[in-house]
Amino acid sequence: MAGENNHIVAEVAARIFADLADPQTINRAKDERWKETLWHALDEAGLPLAWVPEELGGSDASLADGFAILGVAGRFALAVPLAETMIAGWLLTRAGLLAPSGPMTVAPVRPHDRIEVHQDGTLSGSAFAVPFAQSSRHIVVLAEDSNGAVIALVEIRSCQLSEGQNLAGDPTNVVTFQRVKPLRSGPAPAGFDRSSLMLMGSTIRSVQTAGALEAMLSLSVAYANERVAFERPIAKFQAVQQNLARLAGEVAAALAAAGSAADTIAQADLFDDTVVLEAASAKIRTAEAATEGSSIAHQVFGAIGFTKEHALHRFTLRALSWRDEFGNESYWAAELGKQIARRGADEFWPLVASR
Amino acid sequence: MTTNLYFEPIRLPAECEALRAEVRAFLAQEIAAGTFDPHRPGHGDSHNQAFSRRVGAKGWIGMNWPKKYGGHERSFLERYVVTEEFRVANAPVRLHFVADRQSGPILLKYAPEHVKMDILPRICRGELCFVIGMSEPGSGSDLFAAKAKATKADGGWRINGSKIWTSNAHIADYMLGLFRTSAPSKENRRHGLTQFLVDMKTPGITVNPIIQMTGQHDFNEVVFEDAFVPDDHVMGEIDGAWKQATSELAYERSGPERFLETFYVLLELIRVLGPEPDVRSAEGLGRLVAQLHTLRRMSVSVAGMLQAGREPLVEGSIVKDLGTVWEQKLPHRVRELTAFLEPDSTNRTSLEEQLAFATTVAPKLTIQGGTTEILRGIIARGLGLR
Repeated sequence: MAGENNHIVAEVAARIFADLADPQTINRAKDERWKETLWHALDEAGLPLAWVPEELGGSDASLADGFAILGVAGRFALAVPLAETMIAGWLLTRAGLLAPSGPMTVAPVRPHDRIEVHQDGTLSGSAFAVPFAQSSRHIVVLAEDSNGAVIALVEIRSCQLSEGQNLAGDPTNVVTFQRVKPLRSGPAPAGFDRSSLMLMGSTIRSVQTAGALEAMLSLSVAYANERVAFERPIAKFQAVQQNLARLAGEVAAALAAAGSAADTIAQADLFDDTVVLEAASAKIRTAEAATEGSSIAHQVFGAIGFTKEHALHRFTLRALSWRDEFGNESYWAAELGKQIARRGADEFWPLVASR
Repeated sequence: MTTNLYFEPIRLPAECEALRAEVRAFLAQEIAAGTFDPHRPGHGDSHNQAFSRRVGAKGWIGMNWPKKYGGHERSFLERYVVTEEFRVANAPVRLHFVADRQSGPILLKYAPEHVKMDILPRICRGELCFVIGMSEPGSGSDLFAAKAKATKADGGWRINGSKIWTSNAHIADYMLGLFRTSAPSKENRRHGLTQFLVDMKTPGITVNPIIQMTGQHDFNEVVFEDAFVPDDHVMGEIDGAWKQATSELAYERSGPERFLETFYVLLELIRVLGPEPDVRSAEGLGRLVAQLHTLRRMSVSVAGMLQAGREPLVEGSIVKDLGTVWEQKLPHRVRELTAFLEPDSTNRTSLEEQLAFATTVAPKLTIQGGTTEILRGIIARGLGLR
């Protein structure tokens, strides 16, 4: 796989998305057959199991390469469970479990959802708002017993699923486990817990959100330069320029925060205070940028951007939905605030300036 | 013209961390000796000659300039570490900061060799204070409307007119100023300004203080009446200052001083909230921390780009836009987050004193060194909108 800085895999991903997942083209598609073709191509390229080593059935990309793939996926507002399968594969690998083929997802994705492991190894509990559960063949569960965390691979068909979708229309389901027997399971490594999964999931969503915001910016700039009103392109109006400059600021902040968190996780051995600062900050700041940025992008496009026909909503609504997964910005802000308060004022700047 | 913004996640190299430890030890020593009080911004004189000389002796002024001019040939990232540690400690850097940040680099690029040899080593020793002469009573953000004139004389130029909002003019040794040497041309309204190095002791210069709404004396009006500037103090191309102005902006605009100006109220907030804040306070604090952390990572990234020899004008302008808006709002956010605390909470008095100062300082933060509106115009141009 590619070296850390050139991300050849991300270029491969970009080519596949451009060919088979162009947002404007699939926005017009009458059915969902494109998803199958797309998934097949992603699978061929080894992308869904990018974070799984070869001996466990994957293609053994670095974490950095994987995050680069996800940034590109965000720029295409990808609507298949690539990110979900990647984090599921990553989670399986924590326990050294062999990865199956086909789309996967993970549970839990809400910080307070708890899945319990019984003595006989079966699982019980509910996980809310699980992305793409109904489109997946397997779900990788971080479950807990009195000794700590257990990672389990479960067939989706052995769980109960409620119907549901996010703002963008992608499936999200309540997944209920009632004494479900996993296909295989193993203990999570020492120190790895639900919070670790939330931090990884948050960083993934942050990277995707930053990508979606990049797309919103380039679409908005292109539109402002071509749309004529009052006899000139609207890009020539200062009010529009100021709005787009603010959008650029939000995009920049999202990219910097997400990029920094991804880089930190790619280098980290443990999910320590630095990772919490980085990943929580990224989730908070990219979610704020999604809120601010999507409203500016819609403002630039006016009525046309509010239509089903136009692809803008594919980016804005996904970015807004991603705010809520793996802990929303309010949750992480409270967690981060508590951590900073606990460490105290004198330990604050040294933490911020630690890299 | 691009919408591709880029912020590489720079990690500070190991030499930066050794330096940081050294800077912290130095500052702790200065605080212990009573040079300044990190918790009382706005108190005491931020212009401290003896302190600046000690900083110079440490090798922390002109850090990335060539050794032959008294510099230390260290990296932008090392300079970054020194700047942020000094800022966070509220150290009194006023005397040398402008010279270190922007005047020195301009001299390095445009001054004749003998002028560089004369002035740069003195900046590095912490002996010289610089003032920037750009705004005039009739022209602020619209830099190229400047009217103060330089007229050719024997062996040099005679300057007439006035500059305003000149921070430090009353204590400065030199000004780097823009003066009109020709009328603007029809094709280019930016044509006709030239950058000059002006010795503030030159006869014909009067400095009139302007007191700020905080009660502090920082900026001034500087009036020139036939003040003589020799030919070798012309910086760069005559009539062509507009070509030189933009490349320095990334240095000036993206540093840690562009979001850490009111940092002390955030530290005090953490003290006042204590180890177990309620959810509302914790969430508010967490958001501020995330925003600050993001700004710093952006700013470090720009320092890395400067180190790599790039000119990240758009990225630098974005850092200043977001950073100054953030530091301006910070005292107001802290005020809201402490609204329900008991009046006798620990450190409450010190917080209120700091908030009062930060709140009155806040309005200038989005005006000085390029207003928010100007920055957004630069960003819009970078995006290809104008």
